[in-house]
Amino acid sequence: MAVATRAIEATAETANDPAVDLRRRRRPGESLIQAFLFFCGAVSILTTIGIVYVLAKESLRFFTTQGVSLAQFFGGTRWQPAIGEFGIWPLVIATLMTTALAMLVAIPLGLSVAIYLSEYASQRVRSILKPILEVLAGIPTVVYGYFALTFMTPLLRSILGRDVVQIYNTASAGLVMGILILPLVSSMSEDALSAVPRSLREAAYGLGATKLETAVKIVVPAALSGIAAAIIIAISRGIGETMIVAIAAGNGPAFTLNPLKGAETMTGHIMRISGGDLSFESVDYNSLFAIGMLLFLITFTLNIVSQRIVRRFREVYE
Amino acid sequence: MNNRQVRSRGRQGPTGGPADEERFESNLGQRHRTGRAWRIAFQASTVIGIIALMALLYTIVVKSAGLVAVENQVDPASLAVDGVPVQDQTKEQLLTILEEHLSSGTMRRLESEKPFAERSREEVYQLVLDRVVEPKIVASWPLTESLLNRQAIEAEVASEYPNASLQFRSWLNADFIQSPQSSQPELAGVRTAILGSLWTIAITILIAFPVGVGAAVYLEEYTRNNWINRLIQTNINNLAGVPSIIYGMLGLAVFVRMLEPLTSGTLFGLADPTTANGRTILSAGLTLALLILPLLIINAQEAIRAVPNSLRQASYGLGATKWQTIWHHVLPNALPGILTGTILAISRAVGETAPLVVVGVSTYIVADPSGPFSKFTTLPAQIYQWTSRPQDEFRNLAAAAIIVLLVMLLSLNAAAILLRNRYSRRW
Amino acid sequence: MSTGTQLVRVTAQPHLAGTPTSEMGHNGDYAIETHDLSVYYGDFRAIKGIDLPVRRRQITALIGPSGCGKSTVLRAFNRMNDLIPGARAEGQVLFHGQNVYAPEVDPVEVRRRIGMVFQKPNPFPKTIYENVAWGARINGYRGDMDDLVERSLRQAALWDEVHDKLQESALALSGGQQQRLCIARVIAVKPEIILMDEPCSALDPIATLKIEDLMRELARDYTIIIVTHNMQQAARVSDHTAFFMIDQERAGTLIEYGPTTQLFTTPYDKRTEDYITGRFG
Repeated sequence: MAVATRAIEATAETANDPAVDLRRRRRPGESLIQAFLFFCGAVSILTTIGIVYVLAKESLRFFTTQGVSLAQFFGGTRWQPAIGEFGIWPLVIATLMTTALAMLVAIPLGLSVAIYLSEYASQRVRSILKPILEVLAGIPTVVYGYFALTFMTPLLRSILGRDVVQIYNTASAGLVMGILILPLVSSMSEDALSAVPRSLREAAYGLGATKLETAVKIVVPAALSGIAAAIIIAISRGIGETMIVAIAAGNGPAFTLNPLKGAETMTGHIMRISGGDLSFESVDYNSLFAIGMLLFLITFTLNIVSQRIVRRFREVYE
Repeated sequence: MNNRQVRSRGRQGPTGGPADEERFESNLGQRHRTGRAWRIAFQASTVIGIIALMALLYTIVVKSAGLVAVENQVDPASLAVDGVPVQDQTKEQLLTILEEHLSSGTMRRLESEKPFAERSREEVYQLVLDRVVEPKIVASWPLTESLLNRQAIEAEVASEYPNASLQFRSWLNADFIQSPQSSQPELAGVRTAILGSLWTIAITILIAFPVGVGAAVYLEEYTRNNWINRLIQTNINNLAGVPSIIYGMLGLAVFVRMLEPLTSGTLFGLADPTTANGRTILSAGLTLALLILPLLIINAQEAIRAVPNSLRQASYGLGATKWQTIWHHVLPNALPGILTGTILAISRAVGETAPLVVVGVSTYIVADPSGPFSKFTTLPAQIYQWTSRPQDEFRNLAAAAIIVLLVMLLSLNAAAILLRNRYSRRW
Repeated sequence: MSTGTQLVRVTAQPHLAGTPTSEMGHNGDYAIETHDLSVYYGDFRAIKGIDLPVRRRQITALIGPSGCGKSTVLRAFNRMNDLIPGARAEGQVLFHGQNVYAPEVDPVEVRRRIGMVFQKPNPFPKTIYENVAWGARINGYRGDMDDLVERSLRQAALWDEVHDKLQESALALSGGQQQRLCIARVIAVKPEIILMDEPCSALDPIATLKIEDLMRELARDYTIIIVTHNMQQAARVSDHTAFFMIDQERAGTLIEYGPTTQLFTTPYDKRTEDYITGRFG
């Protein structure tokens, strides 16, 4: 074939130039660097494996060597390791109460702030408000705990009465936690609202809708998946919060639904016990990890759900 | 439903009935009113947020300074010798006072800490004040009360603490920052805590920065979008949402317990065999490093992604290898963003308390940390401990410590903003 | 067999060799050639069965309507397609008798010898000196760097304009100057072939003319392959032109390839004629 012969001619002309060797050069440095970088990436996997392994191992030990059954763990209503009572509910209820109170504060306020920033506020107001929200978000939780104890509790006590509100109570902790989480809700929601294209708003205005109607009936529903994700992350954050409840909520597990009384949350309990004298083989040590495992499972599930919601229901606007 | 009647203009609509215009206009007023009401509600929410911040700052400032009633164990006036008040006495006279009032055991201990011959006159005078005069704060009042209610406070002091004198004290002062911890609120300071924080953060940065940037580089430049890299990415996003106390538990089990020979320093022969354990600065730093790693990686990834692809293409086109491209072009261009993200991650680490309490901050140490294998406390942990004490004075100390912490964080964040502005202007 | 390959056979005959600059490569000396080259992005075949022998030290233009794969062909020469995830090549690209896509070949080696100038000038955010020196340095250049930088800038017709501000940022130069800097940067690593992907499309007409003049100068020492959607530019500048179009499966194919004067005055293929006379494009 003419093509084939021409090809042979061509190769004869371009010549097997011995000085030009295109073969792969050994670059050991590159491979080494790539291996190191892969290891860096793998550290995160190791961390997760570490967390799961450590929690699982000690929880298992708790359930097997201490002779605590799952039924007892999830069925009991008293947590007093000293006398062998391992019911998780006091701690869980306290966690749920503080988180619920926090959400009562953070979600409406956070959403309102987000709507205001995204739909109403002028550029100047935004440039003042957003840094303030960033400051609120950047304050360490221990400071919020201090605030709860020294401001919120006396405030509640003066409003509702000193005998009604105990010195340590879940209400102060919950309310202050709400303030802590507010910036998180507002910034995530605002991102979601800003992602809604202008054209949707203009369509609504064009039909004669007021600003409120556009914001609430058009924009918010259009950003719903992002807002839902924000709420779920906020809940997860509230459940995992430690310092505020450790300082202000209470110093011992208490099975109560009264937010004006003290109670200890899962996180507060872990911190109090591990902050004291702790022997590695004691029942206290193992029980901490059982609580920690539960905590991890709850927050992990919430985070995954939030990601799924965003992925599955992410609105397509165009 | 609004039943406001609108006067018919007499025009007929297409169906022959009253004009549709009328039916459309009837509720506009109410809609606007509702809109205004909700707008006020939204604005009120933001105001509430601002008020909360103000209340927080107010609480802290108010507790950080105020009037205190101070009682002295020994009246300094009684220490005067030949009419010379104690503050003007010579070192020898002061030493005599010390010997008179302190036990011989205490004197021996002070001598072994630092021989009296080496101490200056000021130091000896300070000892006299601290140990002989022994001022004790018996009551304190917040700033607002001190400024506004001074009369009432004076009356209270006169009746309840007759031996006390009323002084104005800012709990945040130079001594506060330089003094180590103490069980007496008058003498307590945050020096050990600040140094502990600095040492811990140093270790955290040392580990988290290279690993974090390395992971980000790997995920952005070397990834081939296969299942393992997607897994790493999802995993990092999940780790960012894990509560910080869980990291503390991880640190407790792995660094403090499992790796005790390493973290306590016995592996290197640097530890005191009787008191050493894994609850050291090294464990704390490692725990915090794991905590902020996901944050750092995500930020660094964004910075690397922002580097324009044309730069990489130009580099590859010249026959550069992947690492050469990354090292010479991608990283220098992504560096401002990476640094900003790192500083934000560090601010987070500086404020963390729960994981460190779990890992094991010491509740009472006086000696400054001397290295990664020392026991330690950090500023937030100190705040937590002081807040947990029942006495009121410790709340004041906590307030002062909070101010120090907030100033530290403010400087860090200001540095981040400066960096961001400076580099975004350049290109 | 497509008309494309037949035409290759025809044009390989000596009497159709054209302009003076091609006399050096007159006896069929090819710098690089493709054999049945196809490039896939995932499952999608972007170019199909390209046989393109490129003559040494001449300017070869790749033209065709937008989306016909001419950039893909160009980037196949120096394996820049590798940077796109999911891209793979079938067929051969022979360079010095070796298939550039052979598994033992290092693309990094290939890219030093086959340089590339991009559509939008992309100098590094460094000094002018560093832009030119960097490529040579990482490739292990041992000689006098100042000399190399000067020679490269002279060859790129930029020396006179920048010789007194070598330490200033490259980003301060005008668009045309930046593009010439990118050319100087490529020259500094001493390639044999220079690929240019629509190098003037982001530049004003005066800068464009300067670069076109530069190209003719450079063709004395380098083989140049240029992608352009500007037909007049192809006619002005190139010695050989290859015309591409997409077929029914949206894969780019080589329709006609020959000396520029012949392709533009008496094209063999009707589709070529239609494109050149502007009936579509």
